[in-house]
Amino acid sequence: MTRTRYGLCYALLGVALALLLLANIAAGSVNVSLAGILAGDRIVWGIRVPRALAALILGGALAVSGFLLQTFFANPIAGPFILGISSGAKLTVALVMIFLMSGGRAIGSIFMILAAFAGAMVSMGFILLISRYIHQPSLLVVGGVMIGYICSAVTDFVVTFADDANIVNLHNWSLGSFSGISWDNLRVIAIVAGAALFLTFFLSKPIGAYQMGEVYAQNMGVNIRALRIWLILLSSILSACVTAFAGPVSFVGIAAPHLMKAMFGTAKPLVILPACFLGGAVFCLLCDFIARTAFSPTELSISSVTALFGAPIVIYILAKRRSAK
Amino acid sequence: MSGAYLRTDDLSVGYQGKALIEHIALSLQRGEIMTLIGPNGSGKSTILRSIIRQLRLIGGTVYLDGRAMAGMTEIDVAKRLSVLMTDRVKPELMRCEDVVATGRYPYTGRLGILSAADWDKVHESMELVHAAELAKQDFSRVSDGQRQRVLLARAVCQEPEVIVLDEPTSFLDIRHKLELLAILKDMVRKKDLAVLMSLHELDLAQKASDYVVCVQGNRIGRCGPPEEIFTAGSIAELFGVARGSYHAGSGSVELERVDGTPEVFVIGGGGSGISVYRRLQRRGIPFAAGVLHRNDLDFPVAEALAAGLVAERPFCPISDETFERAQALMASCGKAVCPLEDTGPMNEKNLELRKLAEQKGWLIQQI
Repeated sequence: MTRTRYGLCYALLGVALALLLLANIAAGSVNVSLAGILAGDRIVWGIRVPRALAALILGGALAVSGFLLQTFFANPIAGPFILGISSGAKLTVALVMIFLMSGGRAIGSIFMILAAFAGAMVSMGFILLISRYIHQPSLLVVGGVMIGYICSAVTDFVVTFADDANIVNLHNWSLGSFSGISWDNLRVIAIVAGAALFLTFFLSKPIGAYQMGEVYAQNMGVNIRALRIWLILLSSILSACVTAFAGPVSFVGIAAPHLMKAMFGTAKPLVILPACFLGGAVFCLLCDFIARTAFSPTELSISSVTALFGAPIVIYILAKRRSAK
Repeated sequence: MSGAYLRTDDLSVGYQGKALIEHIALSLQRGEIMTLIGPNGSGKSTILRSIIRQLRLIGGTVYLDGRAMAGMTEIDVAKRLSVLMTDRVKPELMRCEDVVATGRYPYTGRLGILSAADWDKVHESMELVHAAELAKQDFSRVSDGQRQRVLLARAVCQEPEVIVLDEPTSFLDIRHKLELLAILKDMVRKKDLAVLMSLHELDLAQKASDYVVCVQGNRIGRCGPPEEIFTAGSIAELFGVARGSYHAGSGSVELERVDGTPEVFVIGGGGSGISVYRRLQRRGIPFAAGVLHRNDLDFPVAEALAAGLVAERPFCPISDETFERAQALMASCGKAVCPLEDTGPMNEKNLELRKLAEQKGWLIQQI
C-alpha cells in the first residue's frame, strides 16, 4: 500500500516537473512560437532552457541540502539559507567577483563554486561552534540567522564600493536570481551537483540510522565521525553550488523537504531523498515562473517569491511542534 | 574467566581524559544478567557508555567475544552487542515496526533495503516483547512502556549476543517495570543472551539479576550474587541511607522511624500491623508494637518504624515474661489499637493483651 502511495507521489511530481519545465520555456516577455522553439530560437535555447534546467537542478540541490542539515542538527527548520550558510557563500563569491572583475578578468564556473564552498564552510564552522553550546533547536536557528545578517551586511558593504559597472550585475545576483545562467555554467552545475547528489543517495542507509540519534546509529554499525563529515561536506557543496550561480535562495531547503515528508508520509532517506530533489525542483521552477511572469517585463528576485511560499511553512512547523509538546 | 562473553580488564572510565572510576574488572557470561546498582550520579551510565564505545576509554580494555573491542569495526560490534539507552529517540514519521527494523542495519545491503526474511525477524522480535500489535502504530504516539518494549525489540532484532541497557525501567509505572524485566529474563533464557544493565530500583535489581555490581562514585564496591549483596548494612552504606532503612529480605525500603516515647501500642501480627505502622509513621506519632514473632510478616516493618518493640523467638508460644514486658509497655502508652484478627496457639496471648486494653479503656478502634 505504501509502495503505491510512493509511486503515485513520484508520478505526480514527475508530471508537475514536466509541465513547469515546458511553461518556463514557453513563457516570457518575448513570445516565441512552437515552430520557433523547434527551429532553435536563440532566446529559447540560449536563455530560457538553461535557466529552467538550472532552476530544476539547483532547486533540487537546495532541498536535498536542507534535508541533510535537518538530519544533521535533528532540527526540522534547519536549512542552508536560515543557518547562514548561503550568506557565507554569497560573501566569498562577492569578494572574489569584485576582486577579479576589477582586474578585468572573467571568472570560471569552477572557481565560483570553490569560492562559494569556502564561504559555506566558514559559516558551517560557526554554526557547529554555536551548536556545541546551544542545544535548543530554535536558538541554533537564531544563531544562524545572525550569521546570515553579518555576512549579508559585509556583502552589501563590499557591493556598495564596487565599480559602477559591476554593481547592477552583482546586485541582482546577491538578491537571488536564476537569470543569466549559460550552458557552460549549467554543465558545471550538472557535474558538481550531480556527483554530490549521487553520493548523498548512496548514504541514505546511514542517514536513516542517524535519524534515530547518534547513540543508536553508532550501535547499528554507523561510523558516526565519517558520516558527520560527509553530511557537512555534501550539504555545503550543494548549497555552495546554488549560491555560486543563483545567489542566496531562501526557504526552499526547509519547505520542500517538509512538504515531501507530508506528501509521502515517511522520512526514510531512500524514498525521501529523490522526492526532495523532485520537490525542490518543482518548487523552484514554479517560483521562477512567478518571478518572471507576475510583473513582466520586470523580474522579481527569486528569494522574494520562495520566501512568500516558504516562510509560512516554517511558521506552521514551529506551531505544530509547540502544540505537539 | 574462560566463559566470559563481555569482559573488562583494568578499565578506567570518565570524561575529558579524567578518570572517574578506575580498575573496573567485570566479566559477563551468556545467559546471565549483570546489574549495576548505585546512587544517582555514581557513574553507572558512564561505565555502560564507555563499554559501548560512546565514551572514549581512559584506560584498560574491553573484550567482546574474546577480542579487544577497540580493534573491531562498527559492524562487527553491532552484530554482537546492541543497546537500549536513556536517550530520547524521536524519529520522524516512523511506525514502531520501522524503529524495530533499524536493528537489521548490520545485515542489510548498501541501500539498507530489508528482505522478507529480515521483516520476519522484525515481527518475531516484536512478538517476543509482546509488542506485535504496535507494529503499524506511530512510534511518537505510543506510551512510555510500549516505547521501551519497541526499543527492546529493536535491540533483539539486531541479533546480538549481549544487550546493554541503561536504566530501562525509568519512567515506567510498576506494572510495566515488572513486565519489561520479565520479558528480559525470558529472553535471556530463550536466546542465551548476556545482559548488562543499570537499575536504580533495588527491589527489582535483587529479583532480576544473577550478579550485582555496586558502583560507588569513585570505585566499584562489592560484587556478587544478589543474596550476598543485598544485606541491610551494605545497601545502607552504598546509598548512604541515614534517614530510613532497607530490608534485605523483602528488598523494601522504609522511611525514617519516629523516635520518642511511644504513644500507642499496636497489637499486630501476620501482616495486619503493617498499614497501621506506616500510617502512624506518616502522622509522626511514635508507637510501640507487639507481640510479634521474629519471623512474622509485620516484624521487619515494625523493627524499622516502631519506637518500642516486644518480640518473641520464631515458632515459640509467647512466654509469660514477654507477655509481661508487652503489658508494661502498653500501660506506659495508655492507648492501644488491635488490627490483629487471626490468632492461634503461638500468639494467643495477644488476645489477652487486647482484653486487658479493653478493660482499662485503652483500646481505640481506629487510628
